[in-house]
Amino acid sequence: MIPETRRWNEPHRLVLMAIAIAIVLFAAYNMRWDWLPRYSGKLVSGVGTTLWLLFLTSVLGFLLAVPLGLAQAAGPVWLSAPARAFCTVIRGTPLLLQLWLLYYGLGSLFAYWPEIRQSWAWPYLRSAWPYGVLALTMSFAGYEGEVMRGAFAGVPKGELEAARAYGMSPWTSFRRIWLPRAIHRALPTLAGETVLQLKATPLVATITVVDVYAIISRVRQDTYLTYEPLLLLALIYMLLTGVLVLAFRWLEAKVPVKGG
Amino acid sequence: MFDWIAGLAAWELLALEPPGWGGVLLKGLAVSLQVAVGGYLLGFLIGVGGATGKLYGGPILRDLLDVYTTLVRAVPELVLILLLYYAGTDALNQIMILFGAERVDISGLAAGIFVIGVVQGAYQTEVLRGAFKAVPHGETEAARAYGMSPLQVLRRITLPGMLPHAVPGLSNLWLIATKDTALLAVVGVAELTLVTRQAGGTTKSYFLFFCAAGLLYLMVTLLSNVVIRRIERYARRGMPAVR
Repeated sequence: MIPETRRWNEPHRLVLMAIAIAIVLFAAYNMRWDWLPRYSGKLVSGVGTTLWLLFLTSVLGFLLAVPLGLAQAAGPVWLSAPARAFCTVIRGTPLLLQLWLLYYGLGSLFAYWPEIRQSWAWPYLRSAWPYGVLALTMSFAGYEGEVMRGAFAGVPKGELEAARAYGMSPWTSFRRIWLPRAIHRALPTLAGETVLQLKATPLVATITVVDVYAIISRVRQDTYLTYEPLLLLALIYMLLTGVLVLAFRWLEAKVPVKGG
Repeated sequence: MFDWIAGLAAWELLALEPPGWGGVLLKGLAVSLQVAVGGYLLGFLIGVGGATGKLYGGPILRDLLDVYTTLVRAVPELVLILLLYYAGTDALNQIMILFGAERVDISGLAAGIFVIGVVQGAYQTEVLRGAFKAVPHGETEAARAYGMSPLQVLRRITLPGMLPHAVPGLSNLWLIATKDTALLAVVGVAELTLVTRQAGGTTKSYFLFFCAAGLLYLMVTLLSNVVIRRIERYARRGMPAVR
């Protein structure tokens, strides 16, 4: 097998980079970018919405994934069966369908209920944001719950027995040993799941949440351009993915791996 | 107040004959499955080529393949589908005009297969590359030392050796392919998710139809899992059990 020693300044790479730069310059000069200044403010706020959505749903989803994983790994059957069913359904159907089921389906059901229509919650339930957050949170919880199940089950029995032998109550040993060890084991998958979650966020634009994808869609409608806005959008998501990957690499370097 | 329960249980809307929408949903499911199978197979071809290129190709080819897999995996599928859908149909029309032919209308089905195939190709390249590399070097060397031709080495050693490493990743990608077809609803391909929304919009029974479509997707996943488990057992025969 060919050894994987590669440097950035090998001759063929310099040529490839020159070609790439030429393509970018060609695109910059020959395509239409005059709409960019008009929409730059909206684009920034759209990116902000996307990132906020990503952060919120990942954190909420992870908080939900811990009990889901625990119920499947160690719960009695009346807890583990529903948890397993939840993960199977979430992982077995497309996110777009779940999103539309919640927004159109649940939204139209709520409309039948006069009690809900007259309550304080109605203005929120009529907007798209809660449904987008709910769908993305459940999706993250479903996928990560499966990971946490494996992580909880994979913590060596001896460590838990040692905790009991030291006289820790079940709750203390869970808090001090089981949960931290399980999270530690699940950490490497977290980066990948978060990138997948970032790539799932543009779906909420189909239910009128105004994220960066929705802004670009509006640019396409206003200017009748096909490629320029989409290429910019792809570039934005590539940058966000890159930053996310680097951030997680930094985070993983901070977490001690001794004995892991 | 209890109108919604009546709306929820309007089972006659799911009838297969035209006043009901069951037949339309099943037709949508058929389109989804066609796109998934076609895209998956196209992705497999790209994946085999890509993995071979990444392992045995020259430096330029390897770098270009790295760019391909990195770009596709860093951009949301939804954005890729839009880009490739427009770019693909545009490029094909340009080529047709270049050769003096008429503009063609590309069917949503073919465009969908192309798009899913390109996306799947990037992921399958990585899975297959990893599986290739998991076959111990000594085994292929031993086979060569016994005088096997490269094709025999591939058939007798490399393929059976890589299969158990490739099956989990590839089966995961199949499940992703079936679910990614739903994204084609955004570009107007009449697959299951889009026809479900149309059915819901016409009858106002969104909840009923989305639940029905969800069950159909779930059945595809569960049936796939049964088949996958069988393939996995075959691929891992003679190896110690995991889990």
